[in-house]
Amino acid sequence: MSAESGLRDRLEGGLSAPICLTWELTYACNLACTHCLSSSGRRDPDELTTAEALALVDELAAMRVFYLNVGGGEPMIRRDFFDIVEHAVERRVGVKFSTNGTRLDAAAARRLAGMDYLDVQVSIDGADAATSDPVRGAGSYAAARRAMDHLAEAGFAGFKVSVVVTRDSVEQLDALEALALSYGAELRLARLRPSGRGVAVWDALRPTAAQNRRLHAWLVERPHVLTGDSFFHLSPLGEPLEGLNLCGAGRVVCLIDPVGDVYACPFVIHDRFRAGNVRPGGFGPVWRESALFSELRAPASPGACASCGSYDACRGGCLAAKFFTGLEASDPDPECVFGHGERKLATTRVELRPTPSIDHSRAVALGRLR
Amino acid sequence: MAPDAFDPARPWRLSPEVSLRDEPFGALAYHHGNRRLVFLRSTGLVALVRRLGEFATAADALGDLVAPSERDRYARALATLAAGELIGVG
Repeated sequence: MSAESGLRDRLEGGLSAPICLTWELTYACNLACTHCLSSSGRRDPDELTTAEALALVDELAAMRVFYLNVGGGEPMIRRDFFDIVEHAVERRVGVKFSTNGTRLDAAAARRLAGMDYLDVQVSIDGADAATSDPVRGAGSYAAARRAMDHLAEAGFAGFKVSVVVTRDSVEQLDALEALALSYGAELRLARLRPSGRGVAVWDALRPTAAQNRRLHAWLVERPHVLTGDSFFHLSPLGEPLEGLNLCGAGRVVCLIDPVGDVYACPFVIHDRFRAGNVRPGGFGPVWRESALFSELRAPASPGACASCGSYDACRGGCLAAKFFTGLEASDPDPECVFGHGERKLATTRVELRPTPSIDHSRAVALGRLR
Repeated sequence: MAPDAFDPARPWRLSPEVSLRDEPFGALAYHHGNRRLVFLRSTGLVALVRRLGEFATAADALGDLVAPSERDRYARALATLAAGELIGVG
């Protein structure tokens, strides 16, 4: 599905409710991935209680939010994980949840396999431990593969193998697709963003311009590979990719974090893009009335991209990628396929890039990063 | 299983697996089973889809709810929805 321009203008003006939203259930995580977009590690003592979480699901169901992208941290660490997920799918709010797989044993796999309207995404960042573990931590690849084995044994049809495209994993796309196929699973690729701890590794891990060109061609040939609308900044390379091909931040998507703060999208956990909190009056008023979301839904100016003939294909790219690399919203995407972003980046100072204003990294993980 | 081809002489209704949400431009329809998201881009089409199940055939619904000049266009829209299993025979 690709939205033509008239419909895209409507979508950019905002919807009565998100099509889907990302809900990070907890900042707690037993891994410490170098690119974690939510800088997760330690649980926040102020995280939503079970009662608050269930009430939030009720409100999202009443607003007819179609599905939730549940993540974290590691969402399965929450003891009420199944209570929340089952509460959602029983109310016909679909759930797609992302897990590192470490808590996904045979019993959990059987329970998940018995649920409707549920998708499971198990994360690896390469087709082998040698590629994935340097990003996600020692032993993480083997743990994720065990989770995939459990899902397959439980008869969970069509789970997703979820991969962040890095300079290394992009060289293994065929192997990753074969791995997913071997389980009867689907491959899902996501763009590496300079968000959270990803700020520190983005320069070293992001694909090169040549790799991005090959990625685009590879994806055009494989519309069945899921991308979550991640790579629309590459659309000027030729055919638009599957998806809406627009920045949905505050327009068709948003993020609710573990303490109930609402952000424009999963990749901008920063004070600048916090719209409000669900605790005072629920999610609806934040979605409908926040000043931030009104700002994001106002007609956008092409800014520095006005003279480029491809603005209609990429709409200037990803807000989060621009923000965390020190670019303005009206600047080109830092990974603009014509190199306009690279030229702009060359004039910004790395030390002036915004630093994450929220960080739940564990001290030990920080030590390793340094 | 392949979806039923759209035949206006048969009874059609919105799939029970579809959530339909009104929006300023019409409505969004999401099929929870096959995860398809569809944009219904006119309030007339939304009204037709909502009430389809009240009629013995889709042709009856088109005849009753849609102006003659619009019927072909709306029938094509129903055929697209049938191909995506957002509406089904029933």
